Amino acid sequence: MLAFNFFGATEGGLFDINATLPLMAIQVVALTYILNSLFFKPVGNVVEKRENFVSNNIIEAKNKLSEVKKLEADLLTQLQSARTEAQRIVSEAEDESDKLYKEALELANNEANASKEKARLEIESQTSAARDQLSKQADDLSELIVNRLILEK
Amino acid sequence: MLTNFAALEVGQHLYWQIGNIRLHGQVFLTSWILLGALLVFISLGTKKMENDPKGLQNLLEFLWDYIRDLARTQIGEKVYRDWMPFIGTLFLFVFVSNWGGALIPWRLIKLPSGELGAPTADINTTIALALLVSLSYFYAGLSNKGWRYFEYYVHPTPIMLPFKILEDFTKPLSLSFRLFGNILADELVVGVLVFLVPLILPIPVMFLGLFTSAIQALIFATLAAYYIGEAVEEHH
Repeated sequence: MLAFNFFGATEGGLFDINATLPLMAIQVVALTYILNSLFFKPVGNVVEKRENFVSNNIIEAKNKLSEVKKLEADLLTQLQSARTEAQRIVSEAEDESDKLYKEALELANNEANASKEKARLEIESQTSAARDQLSKQADDLSELIVNRLILEK
Repeated sequence: MLTNFAALEVGQHLYWQIGNIRLHGQVFLTSWILLGALLVFISLGTKKMENDPKGLQNLLEFLWDYIRDLARTQIGEKVYRDWMPFIGTLFLFVFVSNWGGALIPWRLIKLPSGELGAPTADINTTIALALLVSLSYFYAGLSNKGWRYFEYYVHPTPIMLPFKILEDFTKPLSLSFRLFGNILADELVVGVLVFLVPLILPIPVMFLGLFTSAIQALIFATLAAYYIGEAVEEHH
């Protein structure tokens, strides 16, 4: 049956303190050492090793990332300078070809003018020659006509 | 048979007589069974430690992390490593005792006198734990700060001296009686309910008991860590 026997017992009771107390304390202290060597140390080693591994990897990855960013910036500046260089070369080449074109044009013009002038002079000389010959022939012809007329009379 | 199954025996013990000293046998029996189970569990989980935790090792690592967080937040970054095994052992011992007492149907095992139950429902166990905590925080304070530990008693003003001295007595008292009272009360409530209404009705109370048991283990370990942290804290 329900036996509420709080303090009335000749021995025992709820607040019966005896050698159980120090022995339990010793047992708990022993348990602390056992658990330390069986649980806290080995698990701690593994967990902390892993935590170090992870944090080292994170640091390494961060270093690599910053290196990559530096390289990227380097490449970007290189690309930029290469671009301006290319632009410079292109504009230079354009200038050059423009100059060459102009020179060639001028040369051709001069040559054309010279040959035109030469042709004109030749035409002129031939014209005058032809004219001289023509006037000479006219003279001869007139002389012939005059002579014939005189002879027939 | 049912009445026998549900009968309550309060304040009766299974006495072991060794020479002149008398022990509460039922406390040691249950604590050995529960601690044996705990050690087997831990040995199985730590048998093959791997970098990629699996199964039991995962659970144990979670437990270890939980205890480390508890010790670190209460004791502080500097010395928590020294006290983590002690805090963890307190937590595990109280937790395993409370839950073992609540979950295992000890009443099916008949004893000539007294009955098996949670080891923490015996005042001897809780006083032993509380005194260990007292010794620990004194040792922690003295070993970390030397005689300067006693500055704590007049900090921030000397008016605090009597209260701080009183605290050294109330700390173990409250620690031991809180745990003892909660676990014993839970066992009694469940016992009385099982005696009165042996079906269904005790089940919610049993769940409440499991909850209380876990909370009490956490409270005990947290307070122990807090007292140690208070003793090693540097005042400026």
